[in-house]
Amino acid sequence: MTASPELQRQMLRQMQTIRRFEERASDDYRNGAIYGVVHCYIGEEAVAVGVCSALDASDQIISNHRGHGHCIAKGADLNRMMAELYGRVDGYCKGKGGSMHIADFAIGMLGANGIVGGGLSIVTGAGLAAQMEGKGGVAVCFFGDGASNAGSFHESLNIAASWKLPMLYVCEHNSWAANTSSKMTHAADNMSDRAAGYGIPSAVVDGNDVMAVYDAAVEAVARARAGEGPTLLECKTYRHRAHTERAGAVDPRPAEEIASWMARDPIPMLVDHLKQQQGQFSDKEFQAMDDEIMTAVEASVAFAEASPFPAPEAALEDVFAD
Amino acid sequence: MSMREISYGRAGMEALVEEMRLDPKTLHLATDAPPDLVEEFGASRVRATPIAENAFTGIAIGAAGSGLRPIVNWSMVTFCFVAMDQIVNQASKIHYMFGGQQTFPIVFRSSVGGGTSLAAQHSQSPYSMFMNLAGLKLILPSTPYDMKGLLKSAIRDNNPVLSFESTRLMGLKGEVPDEDYTVPIGVADVKREGSDVTVIALAWLVHEALAAAEEMDKEGVSVEVVDPRTLFPLDEETMRASVQKTGRVVIADEAGPTAGAAAEIAALLTEDPATFKALAAPPKRVCALQVPIPYSPSMENHVFPDRKRIIAGIREVMAAG
Ligand SMILES: Cc1ncc(C[n+]2csc(CCOP(=O)(O)OP(=O)(O)O)c2C)c(N)n1
Ligand SMILES: [Mg+2]
Repeated sequence: MTASPELQRQMLRQMQTIRRFEERASDDYRNGAIYGVVHCYIGEEAVAVGVCSALDASDQIISNHRGHGHCIAKGADLNRMMAELYGRVDGYCKGKGGSMHIADFAIGMLGANGIVGGGLSIVTGAGLAAQMEGKGGVAVCFFGDGASNAGSFHESLNIAASWKLPMLYVCEHNSWAANTSSKMTHAADNMSDRAAGYGIPSAVVDGNDVMAVYDAAVEAVARARAGEGPTLLECKTYRHRAHTERAGAVDPRPAEEIASWMARDPIPMLVDHLKQQQGQFSDKEFQAMDDEIMTAVEASVAFAEASPFPAPEAALEDVFAD
Repeated sequence: MSMREISYGRAGMEALVEEMRLDPKTLHLATDAPPDLVEEFGASRVRATPIAENAFTGIAIGAAGSGLRPIVNWSMVTFCFVAMDQIVNQASKIHYMFGGQQTFPIVFRSSVGGGTSLAAQHSQSPYSMFMNLAGLKLILPSTPYDMKGLLKSAIRDNNPVLSFESTRLMGLKGEVPDEDYTVPIGVADVKREGSDVTVIALAWLVHEALAAAEEMDKEGVSVEVVDPRTLFPLDEETMRASVQKTGRVVIADEAGPTAGAAAEIAALLTEDPATFKALAAPPKRVCALQVPIPYSPSMENHVFPDRKRIIAGIREVMAAG
């Protein structure tokens, strides 16, 4: 199944939204309005958008430390996201979480997570709940190549396979875990070869080609909904930026490697694809789309700035549920 | 002794380099291999591990039991929770459980504390969880001098030693000797002498306590600041001697108060008859609020103790009794 022209435009809009949102978040982090740490997803947008475009609103996803893209692709509100980054009361987590911990349970976004591998088993629990509910819901895990070496990866996939849980495990293979090359930490090129050991299907796709990601996700989601169990989807991609936005952070990645991936930027790739479909798309249309996105990002900043900081005593709230 | 000024973070690195030069049985395991170490000691002794803390913690235990002396850096203490099985069920008991047959010389380094807007998962000071285990030595340096000296002792020790290193202090500068030296594990340090009240402070709060002491000095209150430096074993003698001299004590810790290091210290003081008799006021704990650490600075600053709260604590014990 291939995405309709309409869906392709929508995917482009989401990818560009992720990029513009993060460019702004990075700027505001550097100028001190955003605290702690920011990990940018820029360069990898096609993965979150391709996969989430294959989901229903009621399906659930979980994210990792690099979570803005997953949030936006699942339909999170930019205003509440930006307010969270700004540490304000109207943020998704009332200022308790920040960049690494945005969640929106109402839209099936079970949270960004600061523990590498932390999401893998949690989202498998969401898959169990979906299976027991029996309404055809699917649960999706986004995780990195680094996380694929954590015990929770192996333990969760084995359980999901044994129980035929309606899961999609999406590995964002960007070849690096912080400053450590994946060449130093796994011996095989394709980590998805491991799927055979769990007895589940897998696929390796170009993670910068949103159509390829989408097609693979549609197939895997259909299998999950049909009760045929989990799929491991490996998306080869690359981050355009250093591991975090911290000023002066080291980035040991070879310049040629960065350049070769920058030349395959998923957004221009999709724009070109849309243009090639005769009469589908023009630069003018893309410009208009980008203008709207910039307006929305600006509005999110205004929303965040207008929202007050939490009262100090709010630190004591939410430790326990009522 | 000739001295030179280096940062707390640098002091840790110097301890590693010097000890790795002295003992070819040492090796370094962490998810990021420090380039300086790789360059000097090679990729065989300085390994980049996958993000598999439970496995590489267990590997360190096995390597130690087979004659090596691993130095593990978990980076943030947060990440060692993935390895709690190996720490709790294996590292802390393995020497004892097998009747002392084999030694397990391992150093586990990790950064602790908050104040960095990194939110709940990345702002933790969980040392009392490990104090509770029996079988692990725990160091918590507050200065470059103590960092380097304690870490060297830890590397030379034949037991698993956890080194908790304060994120807030990484850039702090201080003097260290040019010559080789160590700071013994289990010996507290009186960081400032005083006669009216003792502040027993941990890690970053040692510096807040020293600032509070200067403040109180202006009001004619003489504050003694004691830094335990080691959380297991705790130097009861030095702490009790100080409190017996001053008769009043404030205990400052960046962790929450419940079942924490400060609670243990208060118990060690009050259950000792001589110290109990010398107390003119109940001990006062100045700790973080008992909550996970929030992201937004407006709340985070409210959660952590600081010099102001130490001063308030000092005033409280001075007014009491
Ligand atoms: C259990 C654990 N260990 C270490 C870290 C520190 N850390 C944060 S992100 C990261 C790299 C993750 O790499 P990967 O899973 O490939 O995701 P990517 O950043 O490449 O998207 C590391 C080591 C952590 N957050 N959690
Ligand atoms: Mg990666």
